Amino acid sequence: MSEPRQVYGILAEFETPAAVLRAAEAIRDAGFRRWDVFTPFPVHGMDRAMGLKNSPVGWFTFLGGATGFALGQLMIWWMNAVDYPILVGGKPYYSPLSSFPPSYELTILLGAFGSLFGMLFLNRLPRLHHPLLKNRRFKQATHDKFYVVIETDDPKYSETETRQMLERLGSRHIEVVEE
Amino acid sequence: MAQVSSTTALNPAATVRVEAPPPELQREPLVLNNRSLGWITDHIAGVAEGKTPRWWWVAFGISASVMVLCFVMLAYLISTGIGVWGLNHPVAWAWDITNFVFWIGIGHAGTLISAILFLLRQRWRTSINRAAEAMTIFAVMCAGIFPLVHTGRPWLAWWLLPIPTSNNIWPQFRSPLEWDVFAVSTYFTVSVLFWYMGLIPDLAVMRDRAKTKLRQILYGLFALGWRGSNRHWSHYEKAYLLLAGLSTPLVLSVHSIVSFDFAVSQLPGWHTTIFPPYFVAGAIFSGFGMVLTLLVPLRSVCHLEDIITKRHVDLMCKVVLATGSIVGYAYGMEFFIAWYGGNPYELDAFKFRAFGPYWWAYWIMITCNVISPQLFWFKRIRQNMWAVFIISIVVNIGMWFERFVIIATTLAREFMPSNWGYFIPTWVDILTFVGTFGLFLTLFLLFMRFLPMIAISEVKGITPQADPHHPLGGAREGGHHA
Repeated sequence: MSEPRQVYGILAEFETPAAVLRAAEAIRDAGFRRWDVFTPFPVHGMDRAMGLKNSPVGWFTFLGGATGFALGQLMIWWMNAVDYPILVGGKPYYSPLSSFPPSYELTILLGAFGSLFGMLFLNRLPRLHHPLLKNRRFKQATHDKFYVVIETDDPKYSETETRQMLERLGSRHIEVVEE
Repeated sequence: MAQVSSTTALNPAATVRVEAPPPELQREPLVLNNRSLGWITDHIAGVAEGKTPRWWWVAFGISASVMVLCFVMLAYLISTGIGVWGLNHPVAWAWDITNFVFWIGIGHAGTLISAILFLLRQRWRTSINRAAEAMTIFAVMCAGIFPLVHTGRPWLAWWLLPIPTSNNIWPQFRSPLEWDVFAVSTYFTVSVLFWYMGLIPDLAVMRDRAKTKLRQILYGLFALGWRGSNRHWSHYEKAYLLLAGLSTPLVLSVHSIVSFDFAVSQLPGWHTTIFPPYFVAGAIFSGFGMVLTLLVPLRSVCHLEDIITKRHVDLMCKVVLATGSIVGYAYGMEFFIAWYGGNPYELDAFKFRAFGPYWWAYWIMITCNVISPQLFWFKRIRQNMWAVFIISIVVNIGMWFERFVIIATTLAREFMPSNWGYFIPTWVDILTFVGTFGLFLTLFLLFMRFLPMIAISEVKGITPQADPHHPLGGAREGGHHA
């Protein structure tokens, strides 16, 4: 006897951004936890409709930037004033002003890395395998369709009731996605 | 009081009826002909998916040969010595640094369009930002060649990096030339990050449309598993905003630091405080010139007129006009300060520029940079694609001459007449510079063949049907707050 195939969740397709936004508000109000909306572009107002909090990516940027600036100033002070001081044109061995431009560039450099890698970390990316990526219909999520996926892990998930709710919310096509 | 306000709210005479603005005040749509979301994907991705057009092979063949010429010249220079260039005392910086500043300047439009216009909520940037960012990266690669090889011993260029060398001497951080190393390498790295991050959702588009296994694997690998989840978009948009916020001061700082290479010296003609803002304006000017040079032909060859509309070209022309006028003002102001500052060396340096042995370069610069963009005051010229294309090339020529005028004329005539000279380029100088255009165009052609040339998800996001509160976005069916 083959093992029963695991179900990842239920996928509902919508035609317009307004329809999926309406659905998201209803699902949020119904108290679902493990669900998501998939759109070809960021839909305005969706974060609020899903009840998402402000993204904490900024902390990664801030930490990267602060590290960059401190690293720049410390590096230049240590290299040009401590480890191998050379007198050039009577200029001070270390000055926060002449070391500002490289430190400023390092602030931006590490801040940018912080933003990108912070975003990837928060999104659990890169991820090369995902049940949704195997679904043929889901490929249109990057084209012109809008999807709601409610995972089976959600405490409120029930195959029949969730399907009925999504139908009520106006989805034209609902299917179950396997693991 | 409460009763009064409720009656006014109910009184129809107290409400204002908002009429649609008159036609001349209505904005043209950013995507013409009411194209659907699916059409946008099909059309943009189609450029990278379809059969390779014949013109592409012809263009690629020519530019790749010119690129090989660049590498041959560099190999000749490195194997023989820096003497194959025309550099000598007193003009020890000539075409190499001119080309470096020229290419770095071209690289400025990409990040400017992406970052500054993003922060200013200029939604028209979405049609042009991807190609402009790619242009930035390739232009900075071309720029990087010149400071690297003009050192004469490029295999020791890593001494500029803070890496311990065998004799334990560290780079000297009191020199703007060292700041340049950090500015340019940071600019390149952050531009690549910004470009790649913008590409992730579009790589997912390409992955989902891929017909062959190879394409599926490669696009899938670089898309990092992007699925268009709104939880992802939420972090992504915040990170994009932050990157734009970081890149904006970066764009302005890079050319300011490049200008410090000159301004921090004592030479008349270089030692001026106007350099940082004037260099930045010139960089944006030449960068937008190059964006126009690339996109005006591409929009007709790849049939992108509905996405890169005449309005986009019009707006870019206005940026060229504005920055060209700033550059023209800076030229005037340099002369004024040379006279008003009362420094005879400074005034003489400027007289030499305009009327000395390099007068021809100075007046080419004035014609191309100050006079030609003024034609963009006329709407008919901004709407004529041939005129825009020709003026954009003229702008690039002018900006090359600007850098040449700043660098060569200053070094050719400094304080002591015994120290005067005249720079003549050798054939190696000329062919190396020509060769970098081959490198630039080859990389750009490869980019437009394999990657979506326009940011697909961003263009979709600015269409009316993407707005859930717009009738086309589905609001007609009761509105989402109903």
